[in-house]
Amino acid sequence: MFSFLLNRLAVLAPVFFGVTLLSFGFIRILPGDPVLALSGERSMTPEQHASLLAKLGLDKPLWEQYLNYIGDILQGDFGTSVLTNRPVLDEFLELFPATVELATCAMIFAIVIGLPAGIFAAVKRRTFFDQGIMGISLVGYSMPIFWWGLLLIILFSSILGLTPVSGRLSFMFDVEPVTGFLLIDTLLSDEKGSFASALHHLVLPSIVLGTIPLAIIARQTRSAMLEVLSEDYVRTARAKGLAPIRVYGLHALRNAMITVVTVIGLQVGVLLAGAILTETIFSWPGIGKWIIFSVFSRDYFAVQGGLVLIALCIMSVNLLVDLTYGLINPRILHTR
Amino acid sequence: MRIKLLGVAAGIAAAAVIAVSAPSGAAAKTFVFCSEGSPGGFNPSLHSAGTDFDASAQTIYNRLGEFEPGTTKVVPGLAESWTASADGLTYTFNLRKGVKWHSNKHFTPTRDFNADDVLFSFNRQWKEDHPYNAVSGGKYLYFGWMDMGTALKSIEKVDDYTVKMTLNSPDAPFVSNLAMDFASIMSAEYADKMASAGTKEVVDTDPIGTGPFEFVSYKKDAFIRYKAFDQYWEGRPKIDKLVFAITVDASVRYQKLKAGECHVMPYPNPADLEAMSKDPEINLLSQEGLNVGYLGFNAEKAPFDDVRVRQALSMAINKQAILDVVFKGAGSAAKNPIPPTMWSYNDDVVDYPYDPAAAKALLSEAGVNGLKTNIWAMPVQRPYNPNARRMAELIQADWAKIGVDADIVSYEWGEYRERIRAGEHDTALLGWTGDNGDPDNFMFVLLGCEAAKANVARWCNTRFDGLLRAAKKTSDQAERTELYKQAQVVFKREAPWFTVAHSVQFRPVRKEVVGFKIHPLGSHIFKYVDLK
Repeated sequence: MFSFLLNRLAVLAPVFFGVTLLSFGFIRILPGDPVLALSGERSMTPEQHASLLAKLGLDKPLWEQYLNYIGDILQGDFGTSVLTNRPVLDEFLELFPATVELATCAMIFAIVIGLPAGIFAAVKRRTFFDQGIMGISLVGYSMPIFWWGLLLIILFSSILGLTPVSGRLSFMFDVEPVTGFLLIDTLLSDEKGSFASALHHLVLPSIVLGTIPLAIIARQTRSAMLEVLSEDYVRTARAKGLAPIRVYGLHALRNAMITVVTVIGLQVGVLLAGAILTETIFSWPGIGKWIIFSVFSRDYFAVQGGLVLIALCIMSVNLLVDLTYGLINPRILHTR
Repeated sequence: MRIKLLGVAAGIAAAAVIAVSAPSGAAAKTFVFCSEGSPGGFNPSLHSAGTDFDASAQTIYNRLGEFEPGTTKVVPGLAESWTASADGLTYTFNLRKGVKWHSNKHFTPTRDFNADDVLFSFNRQWKEDHPYNAVSGGKYLYFGWMDMGTALKSIEKVDDYTVKMTLNSPDAPFVSNLAMDFASIMSAEYADKMASAGTKEVVDTDPIGTGPFEFVSYKKDAFIRYKAFDQYWEGRPKIDKLVFAITVDASVRYQKLKAGECHVMPYPNPADLEAMSKDPEINLLSQEGLNVGYLGFNAEKAPFDDVRVRQALSMAINKQAILDVVFKGAGSAAKNPIPPTMWSYNDDVVDYPYDPAAAKALLSEAGVNGLKTNIWAMPVQRPYNPNARRMAELIQADWAKIGVDADIVSYEWGEYRERIRAGEHDTALLGWTGDNGDPDNFMFVLLGCEAAKANVARWCNTRFDGLLRAAKKTSDQAERTELYKQAQVVFKREAPWFTVAHSVQFRPVRKEVVGFKIHPLGSHIFKYVDLK
């Protein structure tokens, strides 16, 4: 187990440096720079421009900037945002809980609907239900998130008035942030009704963000179930007269879950990518919206620091998935 | 596993039920503004976008002079009155007495506003050796853009309530500059206290001002909260709480406004305007913006150095078609470099008519045949130009009719301006939004000989420049008006720009809102608003 962990970490180290190089290079390849992005219609003399760039340390040669950046990261300093002049790590930590909360709810939504839908489709293979569920999941998978979000807002918020349009909490409440996770903070606060408001604000964005993972989970569950259902032990279980619920639930689903869990783990990246659009539509104060805004304003330090932090999160989750996978299926620990 | 899943499903179902019954909207006298983005910070001298100014300068702070709401007239603010010396070099400001400062967990003021605060606010931006100059990044962009460092010779405290500012040369628009957001007055006492505590940055993150609203809290990308300042010198605002609900997407802002989740929203989507104007819950306010969109001819390059070519190309463009197609009615034809709402606008100037035949004739008179050129189009939407690409296509088609073959060129926004500054273009679309309502801020900044760095036309006309310089030297408004009117005549005759349009700014406001006015400079001011 320990050697397996070391092995995985050794693989991750070059990945991490690759990410730092990409995030550093990517934002600098884009035309423009933070000073130009700030200046609007105004023209600056080359001297003014150069002196402002120098204030940001962007006058140094690229290799020196990169070495400084790596050196700072290794000391836990992810840079200072050009726009807000705050440490990038502080901004990230302030916004990250909102993204995690949204992604978790979206994942719960996707699993709760997607898993049963996939099982049902597999059990009712080649019937109207199966085709219906697979058809809907294909639509869900191809749904443009931005359009889908606006459509739900117009229907549920504007026409039916059932859900709030955007934001995380009604402005009637002023909840002191403790953990950053509003569902927890509202429970801790003594503002009555604030928890309901927080939950209420999560409904639409969770549905929008959860749609694509839901479709993927439903399709993967179906195909994994179909594979397992054709196995000999399932036939044996049927032959010995077990109730269908036991055949599907105990024998088939358990074995199908190995594939499904892996797929669910892989959705972390999908969720973070989807969060960029979902957070923009729903004015959700998370890291997706922050990164996009930082790219547009050429806030080099926020982009490079933010991307590395996100990559670190994804890498940690993948490592965790690998480890749990190894625990579920011990053969993997030995074959690598 | 199944039981857990059931529990989660029950939770979701509960959420759906709550969804129907949960409260929405704002409590009485809480005013919600669906703002368009997060501010960079709360010091308007460091953070210079409109979003930053709304969140700090217009709520938390005051300036020596203030723009009268709805106009660009400078009226007394923290200075009760001021006088200029006969040579226009010295301004003496008499400060208002009894103006109180806000307080917060770091600071309780022990004195009222006085001259020390004025000196602190300007010296911090001006003097590189000032103890606060480098704090919070130390980039005072607007102070530099308005050339304040060059204009100022000294700032002196005469007594606690009198400040004298001396200039290097007469500069009539100077007083207007002092009413701009970057010139907001901050507390010197607060700064001293934070300096001795070793936490200078707190001055910029936990702002203390004299303005109508006290800062309460800020959550990036979510909200900013303010409360009415009970001791505000103009009288306490009528609303109790002010919330900025940060909502980046314009369509979502509109949905929030419709749902009653906010009271005012800025920058609506042009596509939503028609629905807004029919919505019984919403008043769609509109006002001509203090801006101009134009096509600048590069007068340093042949054949654009010939005034006849510039005139001919101007006559070849169908301006009305651009207004109909690109502005869709939300713009008015521009003939002068300044908008009609600005003082000294010369309405007697006659614009070039749309006349392709005359244009063709004038072009051959200038000896130009088979001209190949380019039209630069901005890659971004700006207040004065909703779609530069489309505008360039229309101009390209018009010019093709008189035998001029133009390519459309575009670059990333920052690079676009850099290349224009370097003079790589033949003709380029750009525009301007005014800073302080003074004609100097359009004509001298954009067309003056010294302003060649911002001068898209790279055009220097000694007669025009002389008129602008004369207008800088006198603070007699009537005299300045006459000089600017003459300058506009010279401008039209010389045609360094094809003036396109002044766009209209729209602000949808819910019906229950009273006292909200569109500000010509684009700021959002809430000190006089109330809810019915």
